[in-house]
Amino acid sequence: MMNGHERVFEDRTPGVEEYEPTASVLSYTAGLGLAILATIASFIVSQTNLLWPPGIPVGLVVLAFAQIGVHLVFFLHLGSGSDNTNNILALAFGVLIVFLVIAGSIWIIANLHDNMMP
Amino acid sequence: MTVATIDAVHTQVPRGRGGGGPAPTRIVVAYGFWIFILSDFVMFSGLFAVHAVLSGNTAGGPTGPELFNLRNVFIETMCLLFSSYTCGLGALSAERRQPERFLVFAAFTFVLGAAFLFIEIREFAGMVAQGAGPSRSAFLSAFFTLVGTHGAHVTGGLIWLAYMVAQVAVKGLRPHVLRRLLCWSLFWHALDIVWVGVFTLVYLMADFQ
Amino acid sequence: MLGRLSWAAIPFDQPLPLYAMGLVGIVILVVLGIITKKGWWPYLWREWLTSVDHKRIGVMYVALALIMLVRGYVDAIMMRSQQAIAIGDAQGYLPPDHYDQIFSSHGTIMIFFVAMPFVIGLMNFVVPLQLGVRDVAFPVLNNVSFWLTASGALLINVSLVIGSFARTGWMGYPPLSEFAFSPDEGVDYYLWLLQISGVGTLLTGVNFVTTILKLRGPGMIYFRMPVFCWTALAANLLIVAAFPILTATFVMLLLDRYLGMHFFTNDAGGNQMMYVNLFWAWGHPEVYILILPAFGVFSEVVATFSGKGLFSYRSMVLATLGICILSFTVWLHHFFTMGAGADVNSFFGIMSAIIAVPTGVKIFNWLFTMFRGRIVFTTPMLFAVGFMVTFVIGGMTGVLLAVPPVDFVLHNSVFLVAHFHNVIIGGVLFGALAGYNYWFPKAFGFTLDEWWGKASFWCWLVGFYVAFMPLYVLGLMGMTRRLQHIPDPSWRPLLLVAEAGAIVVFLAILCMAAQLYVSIRTREQRRDLTGDAWKNGRTLEWSTSSPPPAYNYAVLPRVETIDAFWEMKRRGLTAGLTPGEPAYQTIEMPRNSPIGFVIAFFAVIAGFSAIWYISWLAILGLLAILVAVLVFGWSENREREIPANEIARMERARLGLGRPA
Repeated sequence: MMNGHERVFEDRTPGVEEYEPTASVLSYTAGLGLAILATIASFIVSQTNLLWPPGIPVGLVVLAFAQIGVHLVFFLHLGSGSDNTNNILALAFGVLIVFLVIAGSIWIIANLHDNMMP
Repeated sequence: MTVATIDAVHTQVPRGRGGGGPAPTRIVVAYGFWIFILSDFVMFSGLFAVHAVLSGNTAGGPTGPELFNLRNVFIETMCLLFSSYTCGLGALSAERRQPERFLVFAAFTFVLGAAFLFIEIREFAGMVAQGAGPSRSAFLSAFFTLVGTHGAHVTGGLIWLAYMVAQVAVKGLRPHVLRRLLCWSLFWHALDIVWVGVFTLVYLMADFQ
Repeated sequence: MLGRLSWAAIPFDQPLPLYAMGLVGIVILVVLGIITKKGWWPYLWREWLTSVDHKRIGVMYVALALIMLVRGYVDAIMMRSQQAIAIGDAQGYLPPDHYDQIFSSHGTIMIFFVAMPFVIGLMNFVVPLQLGVRDVAFPVLNNVSFWLTASGALLINVSLVIGSFARTGWMGYPPLSEFAFSPDEGVDYYLWLLQISGVGTLLTGVNFVTTILKLRGPGMIYFRMPVFCWTALAANLLIVAAFPILTATFVMLLLDRYLGMHFFTNDAGGNQMMYVNLFWAWGHPEVYILILPAFGVFSEVVATFSGKGLFSYRSMVLATLGICILSFTVWLHHFFTMGAGADVNSFFGIMSAIIAVPTGVKIFNWLFTMFRGRIVFTTPMLFAVGFMVTFVIGGMTGVLLAVPPVDFVLHNSVFLVAHFHNVIIGGVLFGALAGYNYWFPKAFGFTLDEWWGKASFWCWLVGFYVAFMPLYVLGLMGMTRRLQHIPDPSWRPLLLVAEAGAIVVFLAILCMAAQLYVSIRTREQRRDLTGDAWKNGRTLEWSTSSPPPAYNYAVLPRVETIDAFWEMKRRGLTAGLTPGEPAYQTIEMPRNSPIGFVIAFFAVIAGFSAIWYISWLAILGLLAILVAVLVFGWSENREREIPANEIARMERARLGLGRPA
């Protein structure tokens, strides 16, 4: 395969490994630790009264976002550098669509439901 | 699978604004797969939306909290999470051209993924046996389809992993094999991301409908 | 053994489909016979069917679209004729059962197998050339995408002959589309064939987003891309974002129908409104997927035939991206009457009005481009001007419908039908035909006959207005859509006018056929020898020969400005910005591959079997696809090399240069 010659400036994509070995193993291990913490916290929050009960759904969603963020940063090496812009923009677009579909559907169907006869 | 890119002209082109000519094949392939993963997230969002809307429609049948075993869900979650970890370590080994270490981590990943599937299939079978199958109510249709689609993706991922192990064993860690491993690990991490959504919104949130 | 398939599936007792099937069957056999007799199969297989060249794939997509346009038109004239005849006591010639299948297949074919392949074909052919590169990011996947789309087209035609098609309309709303009310194979045809072609379309989206973002020529920063590439990017981002929603929705309806689940059923908690909601969450972005490439074509055509650069490139790009994002915030306007409250309806109504603004920006930009330009009224330019008038009218009726109280009166009337045909014909079709006329010389090396082209334009324009303006009036008079029988005789005059319009459209199609025939017969007189077929090309594709060599560019052109070819001409250069002969290097190109055809073949088998409940064959078909993919994945040697001296020889011959001293 003929590839482009090595350039000083190179794009990155999610998942591409860095060339610093210890840094990467550290990245994965830290990610694993944080994800385990977030998971345990989610289970505790949902099964106990640690959080004010009406706030539990919000707490769960926040923890889920946090854990997804951990995955993106520590496992997929998504960063904020200029070589990552395309990846972040694509992810942002995807997140926007996911939000619109889920939130939009819930809002619309709830509204339709409210207007149904009792 | 991609067209070779020739930088025949050394240019003084603006860097960082995408003026450097066609990207290397590895970047092109990985980015394309990232876009595909995002499209898969959108598909799951459709299933999540349906689940959110239908989760209260139990048609007089069993509800989520009555059916779910959260201890099993926790074990499943840990299996998948650790399989993402071993997947990552495997990717590192592949990057450093260490096929034997890669194969070890791939084996761990496979076993953990299979364990996840085993628990999930057992859960499904148990629910069907109780008469709480997907055709019992809209809620159960939504549950089985959302969780089952994720499980089907995991199954596909394991088949793909077995295929990649065969390719590494026979062909070695050549550039095109490495590109596919990159795609595979993207896929596997993405499945864990979706699972975070599943265990939070489907299982843990069930008590708060 | 054969599921629910039996001889009863063939409509021996229904003359219309039977004779239609007979006629089409004869035509197909004659074509296949000619190909066999002339020994063209090896050539076709090698150069076209297994080609991974984006130019060939683009041509095949457009050919598919034009063929399916004829089928979609036949559905249309049948409906128009039925409505012109079956008024008052008269019953017409189409029983309701048939009429329902015809309006369902008309919509499905026109959207999925005419409009989509047409714009995807144009994007396929043009985008890599305009970006100054050799092919898309994933050429083999491109071939797979084409064949999966063609498989869907095949299955919808098979449904004419074996069994029946859906009677639910092209949207397939439950509960009518559920098993309880449509137990026969019709809805299953609809769902499976769209799932198959939907995979192809999604893969195209991934392919083009990657190509445009990662695979541009040297120096082509984002703001030097032609506007057609920007609209292609926006359209493909929408494909990637919207098609998965349709996939999920159809999976759920299939699960309801096949495994007795309850997503959208009447009982056990199903929610039909969720289907409508999700369908249109896909459906609205879909229409922007269709129109954005058409806007891109017009940007290219108007600039070229005004002899001026496009007015306000930046605002054009921002308007395109604005439309892309906004298209995901308006979908409820397709079901204002479904019972949402005022707050939800007014949010989506306001967003629908807002999305007209960036489109207005585009119209003004095109007009300002033309202002003080040296305008040449070629066929593409005529379509552009016709589009500007027609699409604005259609857009305005759209903004009218975006007002929920107005929509409560006009929803599902023929006013709505007139609106969407107004924007799709005036926008998408005119754009596609402009692009077809504009890029035909580049693709085939000779121009299309201008006289017949202009004739086809005028027939399309007049035909469209005569056929659809009466429908606006009829809608306001209270006529609903999809009527097999017309209850009110006072609607007769307008329906007859509409029928006349449909016949003028038939003349337009005949003109297009004549144009193609005449152009091919006289092609030697209309050869494009320079590559700059219209003499004032601005973008890179006009710097190549017509047709371009397989590798497009021997050396990827370095780009320093917008309208890179215009800049090259301004500097007096023919190829690339550096004068003199470039240093040719070996080029690797991907080899052709049968994998797309193989996957599509088994997809058709699997889909057909699933429709007819032939479980064992469906499973075998799917397994065959898996095996084919695994075998293909193991193959090596997917590239071939074209050596540098071969490149040099081809380039010198192309440019008419002798050997260098």
